[in-house]
Amino acid sequence: MILSAVLQPDNTMSRHQQRTPFKLPQNVVEVKSKFDAEYRRFALKRSGAGSFQEFYRLLQSVHHIPGTDLMLGYADIHGDLLPINNDDNFQKAVSSANPLLRIILTRKEDEPIVFATNSLQRRKKGLGLTGLRPNASGSTHQKNKPGLMIGLPQDFRQISSIIDVDILPESHRRVRLHKHGTRKPLGFYIRDGVSVRVTPQGVEKVPGVFISRLVRGGLAESTGLLGVNDEILEVNGIDVAGKSLDQVTDMMVANSHNLIVTVKPANQRNNVLPRGSKVSAGNASLGSGSTGSALSCDSPSPVSHSNPITASDSIAEGYSEEEDDDGDLIIENDNLSTYIPHNLHSSNNGNYSRDSLGRLGSVASSAPLAHSASMPSSFVTSTSDTSMTTVNQNGSPAHTASSSSQESMREDGNSITL
Amino acid sequence: MKRFRRHGQESQRDRLKQDLYQFNKTVEHGFPHQPSALGYSPSLQLLAIGTRSGAIKLYGAPGVEFMGLHDENAVVTRVHFLPFQLELVTLLDDNSLHMWTLRAHKGVSELLEIGRFTLTGPPGAPPSVTRVTSVLAHSSGELLLLGTEGGHVFVVEVPGFRELEERNISLDQVANSVPEDYIGRRNLEHVETLQENPVDPNQVVIGYGRGLMVVWDLEKHQAVQHIPATQQLESTWWTEDGGHILSSHSDGSYCRWTVGGQSSKDEEEKSDIPYGHFPCKAISKIVQLPTEEGPPFLLFSGGMPRASYGDRHCISVIHGKTHVALDFTSRIIDYFVIRDGPLHTGDPGALVVLVEEELVVIDLQTEGWPVIQTPYLVPLHSSAITCSHHVSAIPLKLWERLLAAGQLQITHYSPKPWPITGGQNLGQDPPQRDLLLTGHEDGTVRFWDASGVCLYPMYKLSTAGVFHTDADPNDNMNQCSEGEWPPFRKVGCFDPYSDDPRLGVQKIHLCKYSGYLTVAGTAGQILVLELNDEAAEQTVEAKIVDLLQGQEGFRWKGHTRLDVREEPVLFPPGFQPFALVQCQPPAVVTALTLHSEWKMVAFGTSHGFGLYDYQQKNSVLVKCTLNPSDQLAMEGPLSRVKSIKKSLRQSFRRIRRSRVSLRKHHVTNAAKLQEANARLEAELAEMELAPVQRKIEARSSEDSFTGLVRTLYFADTFLSDSSHNSASLWAGTNGGSVFAYMIRMPSVEHRADEPITAHPAKEIQLMHRAPVVAIVVLDGHGSPLPEPLEVAHDLARSPDMQASHQLLVVSEEQFKIFTLPKVSAKMKLKLTALDGSRVRRVGVAWFGSSRTADAGESGLVVLTNQGDLNVVSLPSVKMQVQHPCIRREDVSGIASCVFTKHGQGFYLISPSEFERFSLSARNVVEPRSLVEVPANATAASKRRAAPDGASADNGNARRDDADTGNKTKFNRHAPPNHRSTFNSLNVTLSCIKRTCHPTAAPSMLVFMSRRIISIVKCRDLISSAMYTHTHTHTHTHTHTHTHTHTHTHTHTHTHTHTHTHTHTHTHTHTHTHTLPSPPLTIYLPARVLSVALCVY
Repeated sequence: MILSAVLQPDNTMSRHQQRTPFKLPQNVVEVKSKFDAEYRRFALKRSGAGSFQEFYRLLQSVHHIPGTDLMLGYADIHGDLLPINNDDNFQKAVSSANPLLRIILTRKEDEPIVFATNSLQRRKKGLGLTGLRPNASGSTHQKNKPGLMIGLPQDFRQISSIIDVDILPESHRRVRLHKHGTRKPLGFYIRDGVSVRVTPQGVEKVPGVFISRLVRGGLAESTGLLGVNDEILEVNGIDVAGKSLDQVTDMMVANSHNLIVTVKPANQRNNVLPRGSKVSAGNASLGSGSTGSALSCDSPSPVSHSNPITASDSIAEGYSEEEDDDGDLIIENDNLSTYIPHNLHSSNNGNYSRDSLGRLGSVASSAPLAHSASMPSSFVTSTSDTSMTTVNQNGSPAHTASSSSQESMREDGNSITL
Repeated sequence: MKRFRRHGQESQRDRLKQDLYQFNKTVEHGFPHQPSALGYSPSLQLLAIGTRSGAIKLYGAPGVEFMGLHDENAVVTRVHFLPFQLELVTLLDDNSLHMWTLRAHKGVSELLEIGRFTLTGPPGAPPSVTRVTSVLAHSSGELLLLGTEGGHVFVVEVPGFRELEERNISLDQVANSVPEDYIGRRNLEHVETLQENPVDPNQVVIGYGRGLMVVWDLEKHQAVQHIPATQQLESTWWTEDGGHILSSHSDGSYCRWTVGGQSSKDEEEKSDIPYGHFPCKAISKIVQLPTEEGPPFLLFSGGMPRASYGDRHCISVIHGKTHVALDFTSRIIDYFVIRDGPLHTGDPGALVVLVEEELVVIDLQTEGWPVIQTPYLVPLHSSAITCSHHVSAIPLKLWERLLAAGQLQITHYSPKPWPITGGQNLGQDPPQRDLLLTGHEDGTVRFWDASGVCLYPMYKLSTAGVFHTDADPNDNMNQCSEGEWPPFRKVGCFDPYSDDPRLGVQKIHLCKYSGYLTVAGTAGQILVLELNDEAAEQTVEAKIVDLLQGQEGFRWKGHTRLDVREEPVLFPPGFQPFALVQCQPPAVVTALTLHSEWKMVAFGTSHGFGLYDYQQKNSVLVKCTLNPSDQLAMEGPLSRVKSIKKSLRQSFRRIRRSRVSLRKHHVTNAAKLQEANARLEAELAEMELAPVQRKIEARSSEDSFTGLVRTLYFADTFLSDSSHNSASLWAGTNGGSVFAYMIRMPSVEHRADEPITAHPAKEIQLMHRAPVVAIVVLDGHGSPLPEPLEVAHDLARSPDMQASHQLLVVSEEQFKIFTLPKVSAKMKLKLTALDGSRVRRVGVAWFGSSRTADAGESGLVVLTNQGDLNVVSLPSVKMQVQHPCIRREDVSGIASCVFTKHGQGFYLISPSEFERFSLSARNVVEPRSLVEVPANATAASKRRAAPDGASADNGNARRDDADTGNKTKFNRHAPPNHRSTFNSLNVTLSCIKRTCHPTAAPSMLVFMSRRIISIVKCRDLISSAMYTHTHTHTHTHTHTHTHTHTHTHTHTHTHTHTHTHTHTHTHTHTHTHTLPSPPLTIYLPARVLSVALCVY
């Protein structure tokens, strides 16, 4: 499992507030800050909020904990827990308060909290900030990475991920681009082309759709997961074979807020290959045999074995979880207040109750870096039984092997950048 | 168990679907695009048109239509019916011949291709040897003569396409017999024409491109006569008496040559260049037809003076002293003349001209030769179609008023009925009256009767009268001045030139109950019109509505507003405008809807939308939807198209400038020129060589034209709370926004004076921001709200106002149902995300079950940008059926699609043709017609098959009243055993009797028309059929015994003496007049009712 987490300049995330009108007087921000079990409420002038240091000191005094080393986090409008550690993201936090600015304080000595997308469970965001990642995940993280010191992510959000590595043939890559919340353009172009397929009859040339250009500074380029001349095989789980360029374009645009593209990278050298195990040969046969084992540990839902590129749970989740366009903005004239409707979709609810277990697994698969690191084995070496055993043993030699492989893979992942 | 039950339900649903939905493309309305060939069968009375795309279309009586398509996508260059048969032959420009037939299947004729043939020359011969340049379907119905580019004539037996090599007429055979003095025996060139002698089927004239014409005897296989014309030959015409041949030539001349026994005396009798003195264009086709009394009709196409009128498309008709050059609107493809009389040998009745853009039929028997209005093949595109609107189930009252208004507009048409009457229309009368309205570029709205197979013009409304336009309305009238030569007369209605593009009609909405119509145009004008049976003179006041609402920083760069006439204008009976709204900026109106019950019109442009109360003539609401950063929306139409041109032009200008400067300081600037050149090249290369690529980007509010209003909808529903319903207006924009306004209306008694108010109630911004193409409110039963006044007229169930309503928002990408009054998403159907297609057109339709009369359900009919038709169920928004319908490349076809309320639809397959399709299993309008060989020919062919002559004749489809009278009279007198003979003699007006002498003597053919009896020998027609002679004896009031001594040529060169005994039954004394040589023609002073023939 590789997660590409890229630093996100602050200014690109600005101007969220345009979407939402404010009920409060424009210049006052309501602040609700939490430290352990204590809550403090106070107001802050939006314009004269001052610097991060001032705010830091203010919080210390409000909570009566002078001298304690604190880490500041706030919940943004998407329910993500994001850090406040400099003037820029402090300004950002203040400006995006909607209308409440929720602040979470933790002691520096404590286990680091995870700042990332989905770090707060969106389902519960209306219920207050109880949705911090369970401590367990942090602790497993620490257990797995005893010596490895990961610094505090300054301010980042997940913008992309590789998903479904366990069910895809290794020559393919399924990339999820998280468009929401950023003002960065998706930033790529597609074109028609000819794809060469190997069939029992021989080599066959079929029309295909390829990435033709990446826009500098765009989301696609910044992930490093997509490259020029990558062939597009699926869009959000739907095979694009036989579809015209315009159709594929429209499909991508229609899914643009949560785009999952399955590509066959032009550059196959960076593929995820299990290291140094002969069993990996089994992986070449599209992993159908080994998929089961991988699934057995993280996802109980059956996956079609006939088609290696099936729409996985995570894609299906992608629809329901992202609440793609139930995010319609509805303004009623009676109070003219804005609300983003909660999930009224009955089928969605059914989804949750039905396979919450599978959902957990796929949440994990799309979860932020730190979390995925908590159970790396299931993804990294998911395809070989031996690696499964190493995880179970959790012994140090095997462990180092797996972690080193993970490390090197991360290098691979990062080195894709063009 | 549960699963099993569910399965059962599914199959039940599938069965129900089969009862509800069925996809058919049923009929094509309008005029075929790019016609290329014309054919006519006088015996079948069918017209055939071939097109450049390889289609062949047959038309008879209104409603009788057939359509065929060649597998080859090649131009149809010739269409020939085989005489007296149901077959026709087409020649394509790939040199292939195709045999088509009208085969009856279950009582309905179908047009089928039954054979295909390509001439094969001798091995090694160049392709020109077999390249067919002219076709003659011989009157025997068994032979096809094919003249080729190499100058040969091939004889082919039909319908089997068997080459009769021994009968071919090779160029050598002809060339050898050409007299020495014919211009040094130069190459004769290709065979330009082939024509049969009307009185001697053995003789054909072969006209060669060089000018030589050879009269060839097919039986003797030798040339009979040479006609040495010296000009390039264009066409030939053998006069009906067989005595003369007319030839027309490329220099605009025509000649008349005598054909006769005096073999050497073949000089031209008369030669004329009708529009002479100055060089003229070719006369491409010449026709001469005799009239019963008086001079013949001479018709020819072309021949205009090259310099002054070379661009006109004319057919000149000369009859006695009358000479008219009919000036057509586009290139003449071909023409023919329909003749009166039972055998179509009488006076010319109508001239049928196929020009590139329309079919014109001219009545040659009414004074002034007026045009007969065509019931089909109407040029829909006489001005380009800009929009269309369909209204189902028109109340009879409105229908009649429309017809009456339309009748007043067609007074200049001929009163004669449509002359092409072949076939029988078996289609049922349409179940309801449907109206298709087309808006045109010239500001007209045309009303078509779209109930049945024929799209018949009913009424034409012009909106141009309200405005000042550049054009002088009397422009066309002044064209025909006295004494002009040639004597032009404009005919046809195809007029693609619009006076003012701003007049173009963009949206139409008609309320069929109240007779209110609203029409919106290119320059932001919205007219409200009312149907009035009387002419009225009135001033139309304009109300200017500023849609920008004072937004700063915008400057409209498009066209200006139309100038409204301030003085009263006289409007003819029909729809008369009484209110006018002009949008500011005057951008094209993109959405329009009318609520006749509330007397309001809502309209939208790319800048916003407005609500107008046409009773108080007052603007109720204006809403600007323009995005402040959207500059493109202010540019007006076409500016983007221009931009490529502009950039090119700028590049060239840059070069020119650098060249100019080069001259000034040529040393330093050489590099600059190179640089400019390189830049231009790079620009061009980028434009042409850049691969097609598409940007993948989420829609954003900053995109262009997000404020463009796509749809407007009136609904009486629950907007604020679930207990009070109120009037509301809904608007959907290109940027995925929906605006809802609550309309407060005063009580009925104060409707005229208290102002109406509208308040914003809801606003929905779809997250995917795709354009909103339709908004529908569903009532408590989940069915769409009825149209305004529909319930008041007891034509719809009143909507369920008890249960809660739902809102259906159709965007280009998905269908989404929201609850009302509190708007929250309930369910949705994604389209684009799943298969990449987008909604282009959508309509609500009622699908009746084909099985049970009153069962049925509402559905959404959807056309996607991929050209697929879908039905989406309501209110569950589930995909029901999907059918590919239009090619996805056919963008204009997809854009033109319009749905009916009963599951049918129309789309343009060419600028001039609507294809009609049906998704409903119950509502299908398709041509059902039967064509049979007329009884005379049937009788002949049956006799061939059954020599005893006992064939029963029951195939005669139609009879004139006079005939029926004849028949009864005859039957009364006739012995029963001769009944079949009499039948065959009497069938239809075209009485033709063939008998054969038992000893294979020449058969006699008796033609009878109203006042002429002609007796001609006929060999080939029924040579194979031996028919025992019949002695008929009738009791008549007067007996005229005509003993004629006829000279007949037979293939054995024997002279046979035939005694013909004709009993003629007339009302008056007969006066007989015999001609010395065959054919024998007897002219009678009174109408012949019947004739019998005895052969001794």
